[in-house]
Amino acid sequence: MWGFSRAQAIAFVVMVALIIVCPWVLYPVFLMKVLCFALFACAFNLMIGYVGLLSFGHAAFFGMGSYIAAWTAKHWGITAEAAILLGGATGAILGLVLGYIAIRRQGLYFAMITLGLAQMVYFFCLQAPFTGGEDGIQQVPRSPLFGVISMQPDMHIYWLVAVVFLLGFLLIHRVVHSPFGQVLKAIRENEPRATSLGYRTDDYKLIAFVLSTFLAGIAGGTKALVFGIATLTDVHYSMSGEVVLMVLLGGLGTIFGPVMGALVLSAMENYLAQFGAWVTVTQGAIFMICVLAFRRGIIGEIGAKLRIQL
Amino acid sequence: MITIFGIPGPLLFGQLLLGLINGAFYAMLSLGLAIIFGMLNIINFAHGALFMMGAFVAWMLLNYLGIGYFPALILAPVIVGIFGLICEKTIISPLYKLDHLYGLLLTFGMALVIEGLFRNAYGSSGMPYRIPDVFQGATDLGFMFLPNYRGWVVIAALIVCLATWAIIEKTFIGARLRAATENAPLVQAFGVNVPRLITLTYGAGVALAAFAGVLAAPIYSVNPNMGSNFIITVFAVVVIGGMGSILGSIVTGFALGVIEGLTKVFYPQGSATVIFLVMVIVLIVRPRGLFGKAA
Repeated sequence: MWGFSRAQAIAFVVMVALIIVCPWVLYPVFLMKVLCFALFACAFNLMIGYVGLLSFGHAAFFGMGSYIAAWTAKHWGITAEAAILLGGATGAILGLVLGYIAIRRQGLYFAMITLGLAQMVYFFCLQAPFTGGEDGIQQVPRSPLFGVISMQPDMHIYWLVAVVFLLGFLLIHRVVHSPFGQVLKAIRENEPRATSLGYRTDDYKLIAFVLSTFLAGIAGGTKALVFGIATLTDVHYSMSGEVVLMVLLGGLGTIFGPVMGALVLSAMENYLAQFGAWVTVTQGAIFMICVLAFRRGIIGEIGAKLRIQL
Repeated sequence: MITIFGIPGPLLFGQLLLGLINGAFYAMLSLGLAIIFGMLNIINFAHGALFMMGAFVAWMLLNYLGIGYFPALILAPVIVGIFGLICEKTIISPLYKLDHLYGLLLTFGMALVIEGLFRNAYGSSGMPYRIPDVFQGATDLGFMFLPNYRGWVVIAALIVCLATWAIIEKTFIGARLRAATENAPLVQAFGVNVPRLITLTYGAGVALAAFAGVLAAPIYSVNPNMGSNFIITVFAVVVIGGMGSILGSIVTGFALGVIEGLTKVFYPQGSATVIFLVMVIVLIVRPRGLFGKAA
């Protein structure tokens, strides 16, 4: 069902079970952070894993989604689901505009261009009055879901985040296993061939990019509501680097890899936060180790050991 | 006082000079990136970190060993260049057979490690580096005062850029380099040690970044973030210019610096984004870049 293989179906059930059980064992706010980043990483993985394009500017969509959701929830007092969807719409619109420009080049250039475009968004956020500059948008209310269900208790909003994450996860999985997804993979493997078969590859890439940035915006908007704050950190290029690292560490092009990467990296940051700049050093070192010796990532390695695709 | 377009002359020329100086750094850094890309086929994300390292090595030479600016101008690029050679030999060279994106990711990791280590050791606030005595003061050019050191930076950068161009285009070693960029296996078949050529190219590109770092040390404060602020803009410069031509990189670097300087005069809010805006326009009009070869 949904294109899951047997092993993937089992892994999915385990993941859902963990999402349900964990908040009684672990700190729910930490888990929500993991889920937001996991969705963000899954969205990024759609581009690098299935279209073969490395976007080094995904923080722009995550951050703008977070700003718009925070601003609308605070100043218009709209409901939680509307704020999150607005965040997603922001990501999608921005993705459409920037993607249209970026897909003109491939490979390394695509990475550099997305990085440059995202830096432009960063400077915009730094100067625009509505973002609050260095302070960001603070004290964002957790407005009630559908206007009725209170989102104030952590456990209430946790279920919202869990549902948002699972819907996003399933959407990506469905897209990747659809005929559309097959064309994306064909483009990744051999773009001239896909063109010669009559596919407008640029259109396919742009649609995939917009879908990816939509989900990145959703993830950003959700994060803004959970933590009640949207700041420049979310649009900074180091955030783009972090999501690359999550996917690389978890396993490029695997379905569960980004989730695992988000979990490991968030846990590591929580643990290392007290050591200041050592977080950066550790992240850099993990980057280098992953590239040099661990290119399949955690989930990729597990899959290779068990001879299954996860 | 002279005014041009309603702008006081000294302000306009002052910003133009600042633009030229930024342009000098863009030119030197994008030149290094282009040379490295030509031979190694990787985008060296660590370029900014190595630029910063050049400035720091100069600062350390002065404060720990009492070695002044001019020896540092030679020594720092050599030291950082050797560091680059070691990095290429040990960690970058295994990646040549893989997708080029892995090179980008690895050098991004390198940049994080280098910057993080310096931030741990020296903190994020900058440290001053005194302008050498020879270049203290300013010269009256009639229409503006030119701080001597800034004039020197522009001239030194121009000389180094043109020298690099001359070495690549006019010398025997440059001819080998260009040949190897075009077709490495063939050049190797003629008996040229291509892997060593690649290593040396990386070292030279890195040394160029370090040289720029030393030049930058007295202008910007020496701090661990100085490189990452530059590198993303330099990427945009590289996209605008295309990486096909050495002279193209130099011209694009200086020109964009000047455009940035002019924006500071006429629309200060836009000065941080103008280079990226130029990148967008170039991508729409001419995706391969101003001097780029057709894909």
